[in-house]
Amino acid sequence: MTTAETTPIAYPFNDPEGLDLSGAYEEARHRPGLVRVRLRYGEPAWLATRYADARLVLGDRRFSRAEALNRDTPRQGEGQMDGGILSMDPPDHTRLRTLVAKAFTVHQVEKLRPYVRELTHSLLDELEAAGPPADLVDRYALPIPVAVICRLLGVPEEDRPKFRVWSDAALSTSSLTAAEWERNREELRAYMARLVQEHREAPRDDIMTSLIEARDQGDRLSELELVDLCVGILVAGHETTATQIPNFVMVLLDHPDELRRLREEPELIKGSVEELMRFVPLGVGASQARYATEDIEVGGTLVRAGEPVLVAVGSANRDALRFDEPGRLNVARPATQHLGFGHGVHHCLGAPLARLELQEALGALIGRFPNLHLAGDVVWKDQMLVRGPRVMPVGW
Amino acid sequence: MTWKAEVDGGRCMASGMCAGIAPDLFVLDDERARPLSEEVPEEERVLDVADSCPAMAITIVDGGATVVGPRP
Ligand code: HEM
Ligand code: SF4
Repeated sequence: MTTAETTPIAYPFNDPEGLDLSGAYEEARHRPGLVRVRLRYGEPAWLATRYADARLVLGDRRFSRAEALNRDTPRQGEGQMDGGILSMDPPDHTRLRTLVAKAFTVHQVEKLRPYVRELTHSLLDELEAAGPPADLVDRYALPIPVAVICRLLGVPEEDRPKFRVWSDAALSTSSLTAAEWERNREELRAYMARLVQEHREAPRDDIMTSLIEARDQGDRLSELELVDLCVGILVAGHETTATQIPNFVMVLLDHPDELRRLREEPELIKGSVEELMRFVPLGVGASQARYATEDIEVGGTLVRAGEPVLVAVGSANRDALRFDEPGRLNVARPATQHLGFGHGVHHCLGAPLARLELQEALGALIGRFPNLHLAGDVVWKDQMLVRGPRVMPVGW
Repeated sequence: MTWKAEVDGGRCMASGMCAGIAPDLFVLDDERARPLSEEVPEEERVLDVADSCPAMAITIVDGGATVVGPRP
């Protein structure tokens, strides 16, 4: 068994530009035990790279997220991501999660499909009218999830430039000092608190209003929890989806045979979104640290109570013990339980919504433009937790 | 008094949510979850689990076979 005395190696492994998975992961998956790593900030941690280990750490109640609040948690930026639903354990986490879970079930989200479909078509009409080249990120990938989450949550879409800046900073790993990071978070909270007040005075048919009712009538959450939950849904609800749309297009353009197959067999779209979620290692690094609450053996390493473990979901999704030919993109791959939306109690709240948006966005785009291609240099996001094009000029 | 819990294996997407919230009542096998025992206690927590399942795969029925969870 490996012990904590091993000298930690620098993490993250992935290049922030591009969507490649670092070769260091494959090596790590073949070596017994977990990898000892150190990030730019915070204490050293264990890194889980195999599918089974990842699922254990994310799914087992003996691992805590809330403990991170008491610790100098491993992270890429100086600011500590605290507060919010992702920093809670059951039963507190369950209390908040059940207040919003209903709005995001497969069944509920499916009702939005006609609206999302119409949205994708009207954006494509606008693109066609303007003519190539066009920035796929700004003209297509961002407007879709932003419009959807604004409508669901009850945030005015016109405010997009404002919250874009804040939410960019919230997911940034850059040179922001802890104080700058803190100030940014407070601005976003103040903005959301104002919207909550407006909704209190004039209730509407949206998630914010139902959360306000849960607070004011049922006392099921505090005011800060209410605000932070809305902030969390707004940030998580658009940035990742907006990043995956161009990522999926990039990967498909890189795999012309798979793209051709998908065009010929549009019924493969649902499965191909799952395959792309598996195949694309979105994160620069791993997910937020989980703390062992007792001694637990993970993949041949005894993790001691109080030690943090990071999970490299992108690596787990390429584990040959779980997936045949894991390095190959196969749009017709039979259903697989990839970990692209996480696992366990923090499994992505918006997964059914993200799936629907990705299916509609991708399907409409490749259906409309048989000759879709890159038409200029891609500018990559830099110093963000997620990887993907910031600017992606395309022609058709 | 107890309720009965059922997981629809065709719908379950192995999110691990149920086993995460109530590991004493639900387990996740490789591809799908199941209740450890069909009988579950009449507790709020059980309804929370059914409400949280993203696939709406968990049904809770009471002694009279009335569906009590997920709540509408
Ligand atoms: C392709 C798009 C998306 C990807 C790849 C993604 C990925 C993830 C992952 C991996 C987690 C788990 C994080 C962890 O356990 O450390 C997560 C959690 C979460 N996601 Fe998503 N997500 C996406 C879209 C969305 C959308 C559209 C929403 C809108 C509501 C959303 C809301 C959330 C929330 C609130 C959490 C925290 C859940 C909790 O702590 O219980 N996500 N997401
Ligand atoms: S919460 Fe639902 S989808 Fe997730 S493992 Fe349990 S039954 Fe399956």
